[in-house]
Amino acid sequence: MSNAAIDPTPTDWNGAVMQKRIAGRYAAERRFKVMGFLSVALSTLFLAFLLFTMLGQGLRGFQRTEIAVEFDFPALTSGTTAASITGPNADAALNSMDIPGLVELAVSQQYDGLGEGLLTSSAAANVRQMLIENPDLVTAKQNLWLPADSRLDVAFKRAGEPAAEKTVAALSQKDVLRTAFNWTFLTGADATDPSSVGIWAAFKGSLMTMAITLLLAFPVGVLSALYLEEYATKNRLTDIIEVSINNLAAVPSIIFGLLGLAVFLTMFGMPRSSALVGGLTLALMTMPVIVIAGRNAVKSVPPSIREAALGIGASPVQVVFHHVLPLALPGILTGTIIGMARALGETAPLLMIGMRAFIPSAPEGFSDAATALPVQIYLWSDEVNQGFVEKTSAAIIVLLIFLLGMNALAIYLRNRFETRW
Amino acid sequence: MTGTALLFLVLGLGLIGWISGRARAAAFVRSAKGGPRGTVNSLPYYHGWFVAICAIAPALAFMFVWQSISPSLVTNMVLSAPAAGDLPQDSFARAAILSEARAIAQGFQTTAFQEGSEKLVSLYKNALSYYKWTGVAATLSLLFAGGAFAFTRIKPEFRARSKVERVVMFGLLVASLIAILTTLGIFASLIFESWRFFSMVSPFEFLFGTDWNPKSTVTPGSYNGYGAIPLFWGTIFIGAIIAMIVAIPLGLMSAIFLTQYASSTVRKWMKPILEILAGVPTVVYGYFAALTVAPAIRDFAVMLGISNAASDNALAAGIVMGVMIIPLVSSMSDDSIAAVPNAMRDGSLAMGATKSETIKQVLLPAALPGVVGGVLLAVSRAIGETMIVVMAAGYTANLTANPLDTITTVTVQIVALLTGDQDFGSPHTLAAFALGLALFVTTFFLNYVALRVVKKYREAYE
Repeated sequence: MSNAAIDPTPTDWNGAVMQKRIAGRYAAERRFKVMGFLSVALSTLFLAFLLFTMLGQGLRGFQRTEIAVEFDFPALTSGTTAASITGPNADAALNSMDIPGLVELAVSQQYDGLGEGLLTSSAAANVRQMLIENPDLVTAKQNLWLPADSRLDVAFKRAGEPAAEKTVAALSQKDVLRTAFNWTFLTGADATDPSSVGIWAAFKGSLMTMAITLLLAFPVGVLSALYLEEYATKNRLTDIIEVSINNLAAVPSIIFGLLGLAVFLTMFGMPRSSALVGGLTLALMTMPVIVIAGRNAVKSVPPSIREAALGIGASPVQVVFHHVLPLALPGILTGTIIGMARALGETAPLLMIGMRAFIPSAPEGFSDAATALPVQIYLWSDEVNQGFVEKTSAAIIVLLIFLLGMNALAIYLRNRFETRW
Repeated sequence: MTGTALLFLVLGLGLIGWISGRARAAAFVRSAKGGPRGTVNSLPYYHGWFVAICAIAPALAFMFVWQSISPSLVTNMVLSAPAAGDLPQDSFARAAILSEARAIAQGFQTTAFQEGSEKLVSLYKNALSYYKWTGVAATLSLLFAGGAFAFTRIKPEFRARSKVERVVMFGLLVASLIAILTTLGIFASLIFESWRFFSMVSPFEFLFGTDWNPKSTVTPGSYNGYGAIPLFWGTIFIGAIIAMIVAIPLGLMSAIFLTQYASSTVRKWMKPILEILAGVPTVVYGYFAALTVAPAIRDFAVMLGISNAASDNALAAGIVMGVMIIPLVSSMSDDSIAAVPNAMRDGSLAMGATKSETIKQVLLPAALPGVVGGVLLAVSRAIGETMIVVMAAGYTANLTANPLDTITTVTVQIVALLTGDQDFGSPHTLAAFALGLALFVTTFFLNYVALRVVKKYREAYE
């Protein structure tokens, strides 16, 4: 029956059945396309939502609330002159002034009944800094703007605790509150009080870690890429090297942290939580990325270049170092920047080697205890104090600016210097 | 003199060696002028490099060796002194006192906490400076000997270039071997520490136990709360199930839309934007998941009438992790779809199939191995991801399939076990290495299979 059943009449494409079927197929086509569009849109929306959330919370972190405090210096300090707090003995003179006591006295005189702790704990240090910068302040009555305590800061910027809200309302009535740019956030270090924290220490730690990483990972990565692409003969050793590199590029970063803990800290006894160990650990993680990018860049240099150089009598080493490497360098640099950006945002391996300590001042040397920007973000995110929320987001903004900047630089380098052969 | 200063001194002297070697060779070139060509074998700067390498290389090698053996030499010298005779016999207490005395002598620490470490400080100071200056003297004499030897070898017919190039080739090989060394280092340290762990806790308990509640002191033969099954399950549930439910459809459909439907302008703008998702640090995702996504999910669950949703629920961590993985899945699918020969697509379109029918019935089946390889890589990335789960998922080990419950993962527990000032040999620390080994083996296996699948598939169409 099957042979006889072939219908000789052609399909009636204009018939209702066929039209309906075609309409159905076209509808399926449109649905599929819309689904594709929605996936891209959803991913983009998520990114936009993330960035806007961070911006919305974080921008407040760059600001701080300040309270005007009136200092009647002549009365408070009983005749300290501008000359006495300048010169070589300024430190001792300032110490003998008991500035924390002065601040407490001035606040209690002016804002009696508004409760303890209007100012942040570093307010006295701020006054001291103002006096060092401008000793003449001490000769007259002054109205100084000092950073408010974090509870009031939160309450003034958005909803805070009821008690703090009440205080803020009272202060606002007197018109002694203002919002100012928080320089401390860019120049300071970690602190227990969110209104006096800063990211400079963590940022410096990150920079030092990155310096070590770049110094180690870049030469090693470039040299191994050159070896594998230009000189390595196909043998078992080369195979093992290739498998190792491909595998290392995909090993979870936390495993590198465990390696750093077991080898650098425990076996070699290097200083815990230092930028040196952090840099070493991240270098091992970044190296395979640079090797893979470097191999692709070296591979794309056409063989005619090598043959021309060999033809005029260059040795194999000269061919590579005088001709291939300079031509492959833009590609290698692009890969390096991307690898470094990844290392800059990396947190887990640094936690493993102990870079999670409370670091109240910027590290001076490579073996000092340091922390890094992503780790600082992690530490602040763990704090219960509401004031840390905006500081965490602000630190995230700084980190993202650097990462996006590095990625943009990589894209620029790629577009500007990449040669299509 | 610190190590850094010595290093700079060595490098500076090497530079002087380079300059003098080059100058000497250049003098030969000048005197050979007018004579037959080729009397000077190598260019002057190769002679310079030859001198510099001969001077620096042995000195640096010695510095490296000295750095690793001098601590034990110092300790031996301190221990052989009569004042060290009344140290406790217990090796642990002894090591604590010694390391503290050393820290004080080096200036890392100012006050002594251990009894008996104070009087060793001066001994340590003497020993340290004795061996430091011995090392400096030996380094510098090696440097000068090497430099002088090389300098006397410089002659017009000396083949400096081939010598230098041999060193360069050696350097290239050594640089490539670092990758092997790193892999071996990871493997050896994980195996060694896990071995120590499994000598305390039975591997059977670790691999098949369903209760994770690690005790800091273990009693052999009894259950110590090191059953890792809940962690393995949590890792799979968050990384391989929830995250993939988000990442596979979104990533695959994004790749299809961008390669098959979008105009080139849209593609040019959307691809980098998707790549930004991969460039955002995981700590930012973690913070976002913990602060924004998790509370939103809990509120939503409460709205639906589910009141026991945890604030650190697995769903939030999984969803955010899935979003992080989207670019990876998308770019791997993109590559494998692009690798399908155009003839197959054109044939299907020519038969009257619509674009979506072609994609679903021709392109995707043909690209499937590549897509699967990409998904395997994505799973391996997801289960090794740390910060998102540390910040958004919980620390409580729960063997549950409820995505609104708190679930912990292997990486979270590694971080938790290594937090706090614990002695390196404690079962907690060692358990972290055992978990790390499990993670390493799993990701290694996944990556290996994924790369094999992708490679085989590429070959099929080439």
